Amino acid sequence: MEKDIAVITIQANNRKIEAKPGEMLLAALQRAGIQVPTLCHMEGLFPSGACRMCVVEVDGQRSLVPSCAFPVAEGMKVQTHSPRAVRARKTIIELLLADHPDDCLYCVRNRNCKLQSLAEELGVRQRRFSGAKSQYELDTSSPSIERDPSKCILCGKCVRVCEEIQGVAAIDFVGRGCQARIGTAFDQGMNVSNCINCGQCITACPTGALREQSHAKQVLDALVDPELYVVAQHAPSVSVSLAEEFGVKAGTDCDGVMVAALRQLGFDRVFDTSFTADLTIMEEASELAHRVANGGALPMMTSCSPGWIKFVEQFYPQYMANLSSCKSPQQMMGAIIKSFFAQREGIDPSKIYSVSIMPCTAKKFEAERPEMAHDGVPDVDAVLTTRELARIIRMRGILLEGLEPQKPDTPFGDRSSAGKLFGATGGVMEAAVRTAHFLLTGKEMDNLKVQAVRGLNGIKEAKVKIGELEVGVAVVNGLANARALLEQIRQGRTDLHFIEVMTCPGGCINGGGQPISADPEAVRARMQALYNIDRDDRVRTSHANEAVQRLYKEFLGEPLGEKSHHLLHTRYAQRPTVN
Amino acid sequence: MAELFVSKCCDKCWHEFGRPCPEIIECLLDGPICHEGDRCQQQRADRIAQLRRERVDHPVIFVGTGTCGLGAGAGKTLQAVRNHLQANEVQADVVEIGCIGLCAAEPLLDVQLPGRTRVSFQAVTAEKVDAILQAMLAGEMPAEGLLGQHRPRGEDQKPFEGVAYLDEHPFFAPQTRWVLANCGIIDPARIEEYIAFGGYRAFTKSIRSRTPAELCDMVEASGLRGRGGGGFPTGKKWQFARTAPADQKYLVCNADEGDPGAFMDRAVIEGDPHRLLEGIAIAAYAIGATKAYVYIRAEYPLAIARLVEAIRQAKAKGLLGQNILDSGFNLEILIKQGAGAFVCGEETALLNSIEGKRGMPRPRPPYPAVRGLFDKPTVINNVETLANLPALVDRGAEWFSALGTATSKGTKVFALSGKVNRTGLVEVAMGTRLREVVFDVGGGIPDGKAFKGVQIGGPSGGCIPTQHLDIEVDYESLKTVGAMMGSGGLVVMDEGTCMVDVAKFFMDFIQRESCGKCIPCREGTRRMLEILQRITHGRQSEKGCEALERFQGVMYLNRLAKVIQDTSLCGLGQTAPNPVLSTLRWFRDEYEAHIYERHCPAGVCTELLEYRIEADKCKGCTLCAKKCPADAIMGAPRSPHYIVPDKCIRCGSCVDVCRFQAVVAQ
Repeated sequence: MEKDIAVITIQANNRKIEAKPGEMLLAALQRAGIQVPTLCHMEGLFPSGACRMCVVEVDGQRSLVPSCAFPVAEGMKVQTHSPRAVRARKTIIELLLADHPDDCLYCVRNRNCKLQSLAEELGVRQRRFSGAKSQYELDTSSPSIERDPSKCILCGKCVRVCEEIQGVAAIDFVGRGCQARIGTAFDQGMNVSNCINCGQCITACPTGALREQSHAKQVLDALVDPELYVVAQHAPSVSVSLAEEFGVKAGTDCDGVMVAALRQLGFDRVFDTSFTADLTIMEEASELAHRVANGGALPMMTSCSPGWIKFVEQFYPQYMANLSSCKSPQQMMGAIIKSFFAQREGIDPSKIYSVSIMPCTAKKFEAERPEMAHDGVPDVDAVLTTRELARIIRMRGILLEGLEPQKPDTPFGDRSSAGKLFGATGGVMEAAVRTAHFLLTGKEMDNLKVQAVRGLNGIKEAKVKIGELEVGVAVVNGLANARALLEQIRQGRTDLHFIEVMTCPGGCINGGGQPISADPEAVRARMQALYNIDRDDRVRTSHANEAVQRLYKEFLGEPLGEKSHHLLHTRYAQRPTVN
Repeated sequence: MAELFVSKCCDKCWHEFGRPCPEIIECLLDGPICHEGDRCQQQRADRIAQLRRERVDHPVIFVGTGTCGLGAGAGKTLQAVRNHLQANEVQADVVEIGCIGLCAAEPLLDVQLPGRTRVSFQAVTAEKVDAILQAMLAGEMPAEGLLGQHRPRGEDQKPFEGVAYLDEHPFFAPQTRWVLANCGIIDPARIEEYIAFGGYRAFTKSIRSRTPAELCDMVEASGLRGRGGGGFPTGKKWQFARTAPADQKYLVCNADEGDPGAFMDRAVIEGDPHRLLEGIAIAAYAIGATKAYVYIRAEYPLAIARLVEAIRQAKAKGLLGQNILDSGFNLEILIKQGAGAFVCGEETALLNSIEGKRGMPRPRPPYPAVRGLFDKPTVINNVETLANLPALVDRGAEWFSALGTATSKGTKVFALSGKVNRTGLVEVAMGTRLREVVFDVGGGIPDGKAFKGVQIGGPSGGCIPTQHLDIEVDYESLKTVGAMMGSGGLVVMDEGTCMVDVAKFFMDFIQRESCGKCIPCREGTRRMLEILQRITHGRQSEKGCEALERFQGVMYLNRLAKVIQDTSLCGLGQTAPNPVLSTLRWFRDEYEAHIYERHCPAGVCTELLEYRIEADKCKGCTLCAKKCPADAIMGAPRSPHYIVPDKCIRCGSCVDVCRFQAVVAQ
């Protein structure tokens, strides 16, 4: 443990433990390995003190105190599991259960539910409180997120993540007393709210009150439809998180095994979205060079993250011109599968069922955007989150440990590790810098690793030397941070040329479709896994991806060319906000 | 154009707006100060006598038009007064005043004739106005409605013979009116009258000659404690905020009076708004706040209007705003209207509400005195606490602490309501026995019924039974019987009140008003209410295993209450089980009657009533059987009938139709 200058000693459960002055009791207890349960605590945010599960007995305090919101003091004596504290916790869980639908067996979060596991931990074996249960309607209006308020325990984490982390505030508390619930503005459906579909609320939710709009059934139906040619693509960050769903340690890359599993599921072709990530870099780097040379809108902002796109369309339409016109890798893949690939293989595009496996719920919304279709045929037909894929694999009885790793299919299976880096915040920037350097100077960078844009900080900035040119870049993750940066730009900041924005904190590795992990270090482990892949890979720049080069030669022509413009680029439109 | 306080006494007076005399208030009351001169002194004294209505040139008619008065018809009374004066071409002043406290006797009307004392009349509805005014203006004392006369004020007022003085009235005699001193006496819409009675002297003197630290010490020494319910020492709270370093501090006045049956704050603001403003100004100066908020519920439109006008007048006089009386102290007072959530009376929820957020409590620490409104040091004081300050600071800590008990100093205002003869607003010295409040001030229980208990402290408080009626009003003593001071709601209950029903009422209130943030309060109060509802429901409305749930609920009622107390986030939740716990403690037999005997001793819980026909009284007329909607009454004509309990739906129609009083409900 790192030693701080000032350390105080408190006594927890008759054992001396160290604490930092000013920190909350819960943090000190956790560090000392004392588990105090909580339903509403969010690391790094101001404690809300809503759930009262973390109450402990502190000497000299009249009532139990919430350890999440109670600062430590020298000599403090704490009992975390005294009969009084445990009885209180158990009663709270019993009260929650008294207003909870008894349908664990039917619930998407069965066996991965905080309420369920706490009930088990506390030994709830009897229905002590009975009475009226709140009845609310399911909100299935959103293309990405389903809300079931009757399962909600009002911990408020979704509200806080939406407002404080994402700066969106699409949902909030409504009503008083037992009428209190989480709702949207004017109780309208989520589809007309300001929701950007990021799904961070889902991963924050301790119960099954929030979940993705599942496409699993459609995909399973398509897989057994003899008429359809079913193609899968999987996003860079999925391979480093999927294994967690099967009890494997966070940060394990299961790329080859996942490809094998997808083939077993019956997908006719399995492609890697990292390929179109490389393609995105080719287009985007060219677009940036074009904007710099021709006085286009700067700073240019990335467009891979669909939550961010909706955010700009809603809240900052004045910066729509700054967004790169590139489609996201998912939609680029979707477009070339139903054009180039269909043409090459001689398949009717309308008979291709294109499935993407994404760490993201906003991708479901993106795939449904009307401009993401050609002749009425959507480029991507269904989007599965990492969680949904895991469910399907389990459902079909496929054991990952018994599978031999396989390679994805040509022509869109080869990727550079730069494309793989898209899965973490800063990855797009790092890949873009590598390629821009090559395009502008004709030489590879001496050291391909761009340390300044790596890591989990919310806003990362750097001045990057490309030949003689000094480029101001910024990397943002979490839209509250993006909002802060946009406000700086609005107030006249001009030293930035290129900004990467990822909707979710940490990027896709922490997307709203990722496994709901109990491990607070999981995101860091996933990120490290991507960095390790990049460290060990043979091809580390997008422009060196031979499959991409071939695609340009055989089909697209050149970056920003006529075909590219038609297939790989898009435009944006202002959206009304609900206030 | 700013208004001057008075016309200058002579050229030597240099006070003017923008270049104010710091001692202008004292000068008005006892001046002139900067020079001598009998004529000037006389001019000042005359003006004050006039403002205090020691001398009036015309008859003055006062009508109590506080919200309580208006509810009793004072608006029509006022119109009738105006009509009478116009019709009879009488030159008289009509003054609208706040509530003097005797709500049971509203509408109240006072008449002051030149050279005579002011006489009060009670229950003066519009149709009685003519008779009273006609008699009074003719120099006769009307026979009806006389309440009493005020003490002569000044030397010119001649009292009426044979008319009792108001301060000897049993309602007023036991009271000590400090906070309510001006309520129902002065015109709340004129700052001059408040000043004439010594108003703003404490404040202006403080900013001129006391440091904030001295003020905090003084208030701490006085023993003043928060009147909003918690009873935290006010001076101590101020010290925390005063010593907290910050570029901006705030003083917040909590006027979000939400307890059922409580209306102390409203009456003070309606009847004497400047007292509150002066209190706010003193407190703000003491903690170094330049901005103050009054968080007042929007359901108090008259109080808000009075406050808005009072702030306007104080600003116009230079008593609020920038560089007040050249002291260098600035103060802006803003009004924030609450939207009617009970929880917004909780101080941290109130702060959230002012900030424009949803009114939900924040965890403490950090305490508002350190990190409050907009994250700045903030003191939140209740209306009554602040209204105590002008007199306290004017007369000193010793004067204040001379009244009261060892730990509770000064007075406390109560809103007396329920089954008591004289409902109203009363202010008694700390340490007064509850019996005096109920039986002397309140005049006892109406209709000769027996006293059962008082509910004190609103939804967070508790019930006090007969055996503890001699308890002294004091923060600590009330806690020993499971109640609390609270903000001042005092509901008297007689033998016809069911205590389970009372507990149910408060639980229903609390579970509806819980903000929903913390689980024990939101879910727990709801289940407690359901448990109470079940034991007041009759067997016939139970289905399936509901009888089992009823017993189970009773078994866990206490445990649930303890956990809610022990774990809730804010004071609302922590005290939410009190109404149940205190009734359970003092009226356990009533609960047991409901649970074991399935019987409500007070006859309030209708589902538990048993209807029975007394055979010796029944003539067999068959009327009840014909009326019974449930066919529950059997019997042959001309022979006694009987009720089948399982069929009876307890509608009571048999009682209504029986001409021989043969049907009884117990």
